[in-house]
Amino acid sequence: MSDKILEIKNVSKFFGSVIALQNVSMFVRPGEVTCLLGDNGAGKSTLIKTLAGVHKPSEGRYFFEGDETLFESPRAALNAGIATVYQDLAMIPLMSIWRNFFLGSEPLKGGPFFDVAAAKRITREEMAKMGIDIRDPDQPVGTLSGGERQSVAIARAVYFGAKVLILDEPTAALGVKQAGVVLRYIVEARNRGIGVIFITHNPHHAYPVGDHFVILKRGQIFGDYAKDEVEIDHLIQMMAGGADLKQLQHELAEATGRES
Amino acid sequence: MTDERVREVSMLNRLLIRPEFGAFLALVVVWVFFAIVAFDNNFVSWVTTAAILNRAAPLGILAVAVALLMIAGEFDLSIGSILGFAGMAIMLLITPADAGGFGLPVWVAVVIALLITLLTGFFNGVLVMATKLPSFIITLGSLFIFRGLAVAIPRLMTNRTQLGGFSDYDSGGWANLFATKIEVGGARFDIAILWWILIAAIATTLLLKTHIGNWIFGAGGDANAARNVGVPVVKLKISLFMLTALAAFVVALVQATQLDSADSLRGTLKEFEAIIAVVVGGTLLTGGYGSVLGPVFGALIFAMVQQGIIITGVDGDWFRVFVGGILVLAVIFNNYIRQRASRR
Repeated sequence: MSDKILEIKNVSKFFGSVIALQNVSMFVRPGEVTCLLGDNGAGKSTLIKTLAGVHKPSEGRYFFEGDETLFESPRAALNAGIATVYQDLAMIPLMSIWRNFFLGSEPLKGGPFFDVAAAKRITREEMAKMGIDIRDPDQPVGTLSGGERQSVAIARAVYFGAKVLILDEPTAALGVKQAGVVLRYIVEARNRGIGVIFITHNPHHAYPVGDHFVILKRGQIFGDYAKDEVEIDHLIQMMAGGADLKQLQHELAEATGRES
Repeated sequence: MTDERVREVSMLNRLLIRPEFGAFLALVVVWVFFAIVAFDNNFVSWVTTAAILNRAAPLGILAVAVALLMIAGEFDLSIGSILGFAGMAIMLLITPADAGGFGLPVWVAVVIALLITLLTGFFNGVLVMATKLPSFIITLGSLFIFRGLAVAIPRLMTNRTQLGGFSDYDSGGWANLFATKIEVGGARFDIAILWWILIAAIATTLLLKTHIGNWIFGAGGDANAARNVGVPVVKLKISLFMLTALAAFVVALVQATQLDSADSLRGTLKEFEAIIAVVVGGTLLTGGYGSVLGPVFGALIFAMVQQGIIITGVDGDWFRVFVGGILVLAVIFNNYIRQRASRR
């Protein structure tokens, strides 16, 4: 229990008559990746926002570093060390990488003066630590590829002392190779002792990097496995609901006129 | 790890991507154009240079402040009205009681007028932030409000819309500071040019070398994203509205001392001239991108075209046609440059 850095127990979230989450429990340990798997509409977004301090749970308990907590705002969660990288990244495309990297937390050298040289150096160093070589920190973020942008966002969170990193579908809009790059940073962040919560609907991305898999379906926990308890095929089946997928295969086979 | 798809970015491209580069090029082109066309009219001379700079300085001071506000993603259409309002505030506070004014000592009047002017900017900022309406609409409203007040209050109190006689009450200090002429090469340069340079230097340092500058870019690029990482967007934007009001105040003081008077209609259309200077200077209308140096060049282009047309003897009616044309050309050119450079 004490080694779980973030844990929620029996959390429910209601929006009026809608039950977005019901009785959800999950946790992440430092230096581990907990994958949160769920199809569209499973309640992933609500769960992320609850973890990130945007929503307060309607029921249930929230523990951070072993203490029961309730964050008043995303900023409060961030200050405690829970960094969330949303799909839309909160990056400003027109600004250079180093300006983005330090936006809101600029290093100063005497008075109000922004230590530009340090900012550029640290940006390059931190990106290098994550294994990416940015050639020009003056480059606007808008000229980076999707995977590179995710990497900058992750590197930024790590640099600013995140203890828990919540990644909202970081690989969703990416090509195969780009997704691979981002998965490597997830492992990199884990190796640095950060607890990572990796949200995805793609078991192929989750399985290689995850230590722990939580499957969310219709607002409820549908399964919760450590890596050695589960095979990837099983995860895929669980994700889609095994029966549905079989049915789909059958229908597709008929539609294309081939025997499966 | 080296990337085989990286190539060295040329110095030229590095220069091209700077927001002020297009305006600088345009400035050179306009200067060369008039230097050839109006050579016989003495365009290349101290006197003409002084005339251009004297024209550019007040506009330039406004443009520098408007640039910071626009980079932060907001508009101020009321800056011309605030200019007129500030001038009338100064003079109304100085004008003796028997003439309907307040009869205050000059320095007290200047300080109070400054505070009132800052309040107009605060009013704009708070209203924009509280209503979440586009600042274009809010400040379009205050354009009329402050112009109306600048006419109505003095008329009510003094029955006039022009108040003169600053020098009658000034012991010399304010006029020395804001209205002195400096002679170089037989031409008279306004001290306002030095104020402009000083203000531009402070503004560009603020924008490029401080954390506040980073916030300005962030707030303009994506206010939500900036807020999420802890930038105090509301405070920042209100302060910038107050900064444009402050710039209008400085220009009002320059004019009150130079022309020894204030006029309710002074500053009319200055808001658009300032926006033109800023946009010609390469700042994006949507915010998040721009510089202080660009608008400085923009104000110079504006003044140069104005002066060039005057001395070549072309009918002054054509001036607006030229300015409008230059605005559109500059924006097209800037867009082209930016797209080219960011594709690198």
